[in-house]
Amino acid sequence: MNSNLVSGQDKNGVAGWRGLRHALHHPLARPLGALAVLLLIDFFMIPGFFRIELKDGHLYGSVIDIVNRAAPLMLAALGMTLVIATRGIDISVGAVVAISGTVAAMLIGGTMVMNNGVQEYASNIPMGWAIAAAMGAAILCGAWNGLLVATLGLQPIIATLILMVAGRGLAQLMTDGQIITVYYKPFFYIGSGYLFGLPFSLFIVAGMFIVLALLMRKTALGLFIQSVGINPVASRLAGIRTAALIFFVYIFCSACAGMAGLMISANIKSADANNAGLLLELDAILAVTLGGTSLAGGKFSLVGSVIGALIIQALTYTIYSLGVPPEVNMVVKSVVVFLVCLSQSPEFRRLRLFKSGNQV
Amino acid sequence: MSNATRVATSAEPALELIGIHKAFTGVKALTDVGLRLYPGEVHTLMGQNGAGKSTLIKVLTGVYTPDSGRILLKGHAIQPGSTLEAQQLGISTVYQEVNLCPNLSVAENIFIGRYPRKWGGFGPIDWTTMHRRATKLLAKLDLHIDVQKPLSSYPLAIQQMVAISRAVSVSASVLILDEPTSSLDEAEVQLLFKVLRSLRDEGMAILFVTHFLDQTYEISDRITVLRNGVREGEYAASELSRLDLVNKMVGVQIDATAAGNALAANAEITPAARDGEVFLQARGLGRKGALAPQDLDLCAGEVFGLCGLLGSGRTEAARLLFGADKADSGTISIKGEAVKFSTPRDAISAGIGFCSEDRKKEGAILELSVRENIILALQARNGLLHVIPRKRQQQIASDYVKWLGIKTPDIDTPIGSLSGGNQQKALLARWLATDPDMLILDEPTRGIDVRAKQEIMDFVMALCHKGMAILFISSEIPEVLRCSDRMLVLRDREGCGEYLRGELDDASVLQVIAGESAGKSAGKMVGEAV
Repeated sequence: MNSNLVSGQDKNGVAGWRGLRHALHHPLARPLGALAVLLLIDFFMIPGFFRIELKDGHLYGSVIDIVNRAAPLMLAALGMTLVIATRGIDISVGAVVAISGTVAAMLIGGTMVMNNGVQEYASNIPMGWAIAAAMGAAILCGAWNGLLVATLGLQPIIATLILMVAGRGLAQLMTDGQIITVYYKPFFYIGSGYLFGLPFSLFIVAGMFIVLALLMRKTALGLFIQSVGINPVASRLAGIRTAALIFFVYIFCSACAGMAGLMISANIKSADANNAGLLLELDAILAVTLGGTSLAGGKFSLVGSVIGALIIQALTYTIYSLGVPPEVNMVVKSVVVFLVCLSQSPEFRRLRLFKSGNQV
Repeated sequence: MSNATRVATSAEPALELIGIHKAFTGVKALTDVGLRLYPGEVHTLMGQNGAGKSTLIKVLTGVYTPDSGRILLKGHAIQPGSTLEAQQLGISTVYQEVNLCPNLSVAENIFIGRYPRKWGGFGPIDWTTMHRRATKLLAKLDLHIDVQKPLSSYPLAIQQMVAISRAVSVSASVLILDEPTSSLDEAEVQLLFKVLRSLRDEGMAILFVTHFLDQTYEISDRITVLRNGVREGEYAASELSRLDLVNKMVGVQIDATAAGNALAANAEITPAARDGEVFLQARGLGRKGALAPQDLDLCAGEVFGLCGLLGSGRTEAARLLFGADKADSGTISIKGEAVKFSTPRDAISAGIGFCSEDRKKEGAILELSVRENIILALQARNGLLHVIPRKRQQQIASDYVKWLGIKTPDIDTPIGSLSGGNQQKALLARWLATDPDMLILDEPTRGIDVRAKQEIMDFVMALCHKGMAILFISSEIPEVLRCSDRMLVLRDREGCGEYLRGELDDASVLQVIAGESAGKSAGKMVGEAV
């Protein structure tokens, strides 16, 4: 392919990697490219796609809408990234969403009271406590997953399958299978409030992202997670507390899911134990994969996962906006996902490289 | 043994490679390489790490497609697109790393992909036939084991034998062995050579790749030397002196002593006795099924060797001392204070480092950079929160790269793209960066070339002089004898005697190792070690 790459390298076999690294683009190039293509299609096909309006001090527009709706998925994807980086997987994310949403909704409950002709809302217990309890429940779920995977050594997919099945059942038991409606306005803020003209949910995601980015930069967490994901045995022998680390990532992943659960239930103003966060884990895994993190563990990209979540949401939005019949919806989505994943497959890339090499 | 040269130049080559070129994005791995392999000969391919041996083999077996050049099998041009295709053409390969499925039974591994079937090949798998044939095949290698047990229940050496019998069991005319002996002990090597000789006499063309000079001369009829991806020449083994061979491999003139006896120099460096204080004291340290209770004293500034056959408990002892496995009996004290190691982390905090025998599985984090690999243990000891600043990391890594002479384009190159010897040096750097008081080296020189071997051992000796305690394990017994101030001989997972430098020589150490079972055949000893 590129001939000036071939020349100028020393004879050492190691230099091949350098050339390869230069030849392939930045790891984020692919997911970003996919997102750009989607947005380009939207630009041509959907009139006024990039228009953003200011109404009552709030920004409105398709782009804002996509980002806002992608918020729970972005949170779940961030947590999932760390789990996948340790060679694990967490398919209980959707169940944890249901549990945390249900706990929050039940504790807040809320009634509308008329006080001297003015509508007022009252919660069962203070909202702060309710949120803390919901997050506590989520963290407990994560600790359970972590215990099964890190301490008992169960395979991650099986270990989290237990909670995936049991968790949603537990949430349904709590609500007796009913949808619990929340009447407490401050709670809705989490899901649909605005701050500085932007949806409040974005600030939650941004906050979580910044915390993670700081953890990666200011601690050795990133190095350890990659190391454990690539080679757990060697990592343990190098003195890394592999079990504690794996335990932590499952707790973190569930905490992210718990927060996503709060967002979702605040957005729909109720707790729907049957449907809230249904299949969210699969979208989160997809977002992580689209972002370029390998399911085999090791190197990971938090930015990539956020972009992956945006791709999924933008795709959903595009399909709906283009008026694609619901029946073909899933097929279109899967074709796009297939193409993006194909472009990331090293086997496929080698095939292409080889071809172009022959032509030169 | 068989030094009768059997160069059958009259016959047509079983396999011929002409003008093979292969480059990987930017780097030429092979340039115009040719090779002739005749039926009924053992042909050894020699070269340093990175000379292109593995690439050439992978071209031969269809893993890589050459950029140009021809492969002729019995005069007909072939172009194997995969290992399976190569195998169907009659080229069977046993790779350096055992390439089997540890969870399947021995018999399944031998017949994988071509299980015998009932009803003329269309029925269910014929397990009885498969087990019978597998047992028979292994019996040919003098190996009598239960073929229905999972492969992972046998030691590496036996797994290697299974790989060979799989390669042999397909009707191959060409057998390629890539470093088959690197994990075998002397007796097992002899066993392997016996098999190779009988295969050769049946007319098979055998291509053998190894680092070991002794083995090369013992088994080869002819030798092809590669250097930096270029064929240096093809020689009859009987006409090429050892010194010439080493010179051709390395490409520089080195004097006779250094070539013939790469490590001999070390013997003079280390004084026979030292009075360093005891750093680590183990009493009755043991674990069921791994090591019978054993006393050990490791002193500052002293090399302590562990000697024994594969599976004799050498590695097991090291793992117990490092907390990689939990001891179920005995005590350990460091500088007189009782300690308990339940994880490697505990041992590292006590100032111990451990270079595992399995570089790939237990050492290198292949996709991480050289820098990250070097600072990993230090960072782990510092803890999660006390991150080593990037600048400091780069400083540490480049210091060690320079000091140990690690050949890498830069410190941010993935360690996996380095050659074995350089990976090993980087792993040594990982432990040196933690400034340990004691270093456990389990087979630190396995599978790396002569020069890197010498360099690594030189560093170890230098460290020892500075007062580090070294526990040295190697399956090359002469190496242990040369390097150790004191040594413990192990047999059947039990210590059978501690000796000072000079008390044992090459012959007497073998007697100690063999013990009562000296008279038994090698094959039986392997069986017992299982």
